Amino acid sequence: MRLILEVWRQESPDAEGSFETHEVLDATPEMSLLELLDRLNHQLVDNDQEPVAFESDCREGICGTCGLDVNGVPHGPEDNVPACGQHVRSFADGQTVRFTPFRAKSFPVIRDLIVDRTGLDRIIQAGGTIAVDAGTAPDADTLLVTHDDAERALDFAACIGCGACVSACPNGAAYLFTGAKLAHLALIPHGKQERAKRARSMIAQMQHEFGPCSQIGECALACPAEIPLVAIAAVNRERLRAGFKWRKAN
Amino acid sequence: MNARPQTAAARAANPSAGPAATQQKGASVAIDIDQMRVVGRPVDGQVPDVHPRDAWTDRKLHYNLVNPNNRRRFKIIVVGTGLSGAGAAAALGELGYDVEVFSFHDVPRRAHSIAAQGGINSPRARKVDNDSIDRFVKDTVKGGDYRGREQDAYRLGEEGIRVINHMQAIGTSFAREYGGQLATRSFGGVQVSRTYYTRGQTGQQLELAAAHALSRQVAAGTCKLHARQEMLDLIVKDGRAQGIVVRDLVTGKVRAQTAHAVILCTGGYGNIYYKATLAKNSNATAIWRAYKRGAYFANPCFVQIHPTALPLMSQWQSKKTLMSESLRNDGRIWAPRKKQDDRDPNTIPEAERFYFLEERYPAFGNLVPRDVASRNIRERIDAGYGVGSLRNAVYLDFKTGIERLGAKLIRERYSNLFDMYEELTGEDPFTTPMRIAPSVHFTMGGLWTDYDQMTSIPGLFAGGEASWAYHGANRLGANSLLSGCVDGWFTLPYSVPNYLAGLLGQEPLDPRDQTVLDTINDVRAGLDRLLENDGAYGADHFHAKLGAIMDRYASVSRDPEGLATAIGMIRELRQEFWRDVKVVGQGDRLNQELETAGRVADYLELAELLCVDALDRDESAGAHFRTDHEIDGEAKRDDEDWCFCSAWEFPAAGVDAKPIRNFEPLTFRAVPLQQRNYK
Repeated sequence: MRLILEVWRQESPDAEGSFETHEVLDATPEMSLLELLDRLNHQLVDNDQEPVAFESDCREGICGTCGLDVNGVPHGPEDNVPACGQHVRSFADGQTVRFTPFRAKSFPVIRDLIVDRTGLDRIIQAGGTIAVDAGTAPDADTLLVTHDDAERALDFAACIGCGACVSACPNGAAYLFTGAKLAHLALIPHGKQERAKRARSMIAQMQHEFGPCSQIGECALACPAEIPLVAIAAVNRERLRAGFKWRKAN
Repeated sequence: MNARPQTAAARAANPSAGPAATQQKGASVAIDIDQMRVVGRPVDGQVPDVHPRDAWTDRKLHYNLVNPNNRRRFKIIVVGTGLSGAGAAAALGELGYDVEVFSFHDVPRRAHSIAAQGGINSPRARKVDNDSIDRFVKDTVKGGDYRGREQDAYRLGEEGIRVINHMQAIGTSFAREYGGQLATRSFGGVQVSRTYYTRGQTGQQLELAAAHALSRQVAAGTCKLHARQEMLDLIVKDGRAQGIVVRDLVTGKVRAQTAHAVILCTGGYGNIYYKATLAKNSNATAIWRAYKRGAYFANPCFVQIHPTALPLMSQWQSKKTLMSESLRNDGRIWAPRKKQDDRDPNTIPEAERFYFLEERYPAFGNLVPRDVASRNIRERIDAGYGVGSLRNAVYLDFKTGIERLGAKLIRERYSNLFDMYEELTGEDPFTTPMRIAPSVHFTMGGLWTDYDQMTSIPGLFAGGEASWAYHGANRLGANSLLSGCVDGWFTLPYSVPNYLAGLLGQEPLDPRDQTVLDTINDVRAGLDRLLENDGAYGADHFHAKLGAIMDRYASVSRDPEGLATAIGMIRELRQEFWRDVKVVGQGDRLNQELETAGRVADYLELAELLCVDALDRDESAGAHFRTDHEIDGEAKRDDEDWCFCSAWEFPAAGVDAKPIRNFEPLTFRAVPLQQRNYK
């Protein structure tokens, strides 16, 4: 297959960027989109040109390292699939595939298709953790968790932290990410202790760096971990709940 | 390190015990191993001389402590933020030490522990299936084919019990029974159910919990995080590890960080095989450069080939993908009885299906250990019974499981694995059997560590897959998440302070010290050498060639001639690399070609040591299966001559000189030596 690749090139965070157009003549339908970029990079290196910088690691859809927009859509044309699991078979022979970095004000470009997504982890640092030191936990078997709660917690905990939700959102909101963490931790026994405090600090940090939510729902369509859209409701629910609890330590 | 007499084992490990150590028995052409390595001296694992069951208690009792007020005076470097690194950093931070954490990722939580699927073992023994710590040790030691320490296995089991409590407390939502208790499942090589899990994404849930615990310490100020920084060298002064040299992957800046102690939790070296199940960025550079600064490298030839990975399906496929071992609980492995059978698998009648693991190993069936399963699958494929367009796979079939348990339960257990399979292949495992094939997955070898997880360089510690501990010659499924957690949360936080206690009052090495400057200069020279090399091919070209050599000669089975051939080819390829590699771009900015080139340069050296170790180890053990040492197709150990851990020492004369094979004798008291038998 022949594909035309339009790729965003930007040497450094402060540099001016532009599109470059290349052709890959020997693409095959079963290639992933990242393998398509690998192939392009082989060609570029062979011609003494600098390869396109893009991030990936596990290439199994779990590490959340890969993240780029394909024809304006986070990760690529298939809903709920990370870039490493998107395939050339979604495109027709001769078609143009445009690769751009995740687009969000809170994700500044580092180089080419690589962006800085550490803003998400500052939300975690603000309180998305559980204050239990090594060795101090009680026996996990004595704390019963219903099967359904454990499974529901996992639905939210599945977030791979790739940032597609932010890129998909016209407002650049991180509600799906933050809501997934809040919902997950509210469902497990130890997470409940700091629930209100966590909601306040995480949401404050989220609002400091990311945009507001207008409940459009693009985030859930893009999410490779299929975090349910109700996660965004968890942000408001937890905030409201924390408001009622403000007098208490938690 | 002084040798401590270890009676029987010391005699067994004596390299001059017999001709086996110098002349390869099985080779038709005489291969003189003495041309490739020098035999060194015994090394001491510092294991307490008590019953293995009591070793950890005894060791902890004798550890020195650091007063809480003094802890912040000690600076500790942790490299890597997988389960062991994030755990060690967080736990040491919680205790009050001053921790500097380095990761080449943008954020700690991306470390490759996240990709582990099936589960984490813990001998909590809550059920009445007769599990116990002793049984866990037996399974682990026997599974490892008696080439690991019993005492390590005991610590793993003992501390593994509270690992589950801790990981649950910090955010891992383990699977639960309807009564609310923790659920377990079975894994290969055991006959009890001791594997705790969260669907097929246990590694993710543990890694996120550990990385978040680290985030808590970053927010508290006890841990300082240095992301997108890659360790490129170790600073050794006065015989102690006192810092590291790192390159900032965004700005290209090379700088040093000094400290009282350095902990490497940088994972395994399986990517040496080019296409493995490892993440693309996993590499051996940190441990290899530590080796070149004097840390011993243990058993590099012990490489695990996982039986159930997705086979290569196309030319450009960038890596292989693991399909969890847990699938073998409810999936049955088979190949057609007829060669080159192209029929749709669903139309092949039962009588024409060969469930070869179930038939050959009735006691363990589909749940035989990984090395046994991989060899049997490879045997079927090589014999012409492979399926798929490239005939490089066998079937993993869930039909019986679905009939027995229903599609709903199967979906609950494995949904994300089935989804992943479908995403990658376009086929639905609910209706069509999976196609699977063996792939390099884990390396049991790694930096040699003593019982305190300290390497042969005082002050340099290793945890998780970067070290050789626990798994011997073959790792049991779900023991790697366990060893990462145990090292990080419940071993290094005890043993590192024991070392630090002796350094009270000493400042970390001055960053302007000549040794620091020299090490920085060495790193810069290495980078410049790559950048200035006037070659024609990118580093990936050489990596692919290396992978082909390793796959052919150092995979599920090895023979002396093949290994000797491989060593010659690797040496040639290394020369070719330095003659013909090119790195486009500059060193003072983000340059992924430069990152890759440095890693491949290290693989080209480590690959040779791996093959020399495989040639040297004149026996079969676990994953190291030598065709000249087999009994009925099974690995035949030689406990007379080879019951030791090989601890390789970098030769002073450099990489082209003969490495020195030191050895740590292994003794077995709790699990007597016996031939493995899963039939």
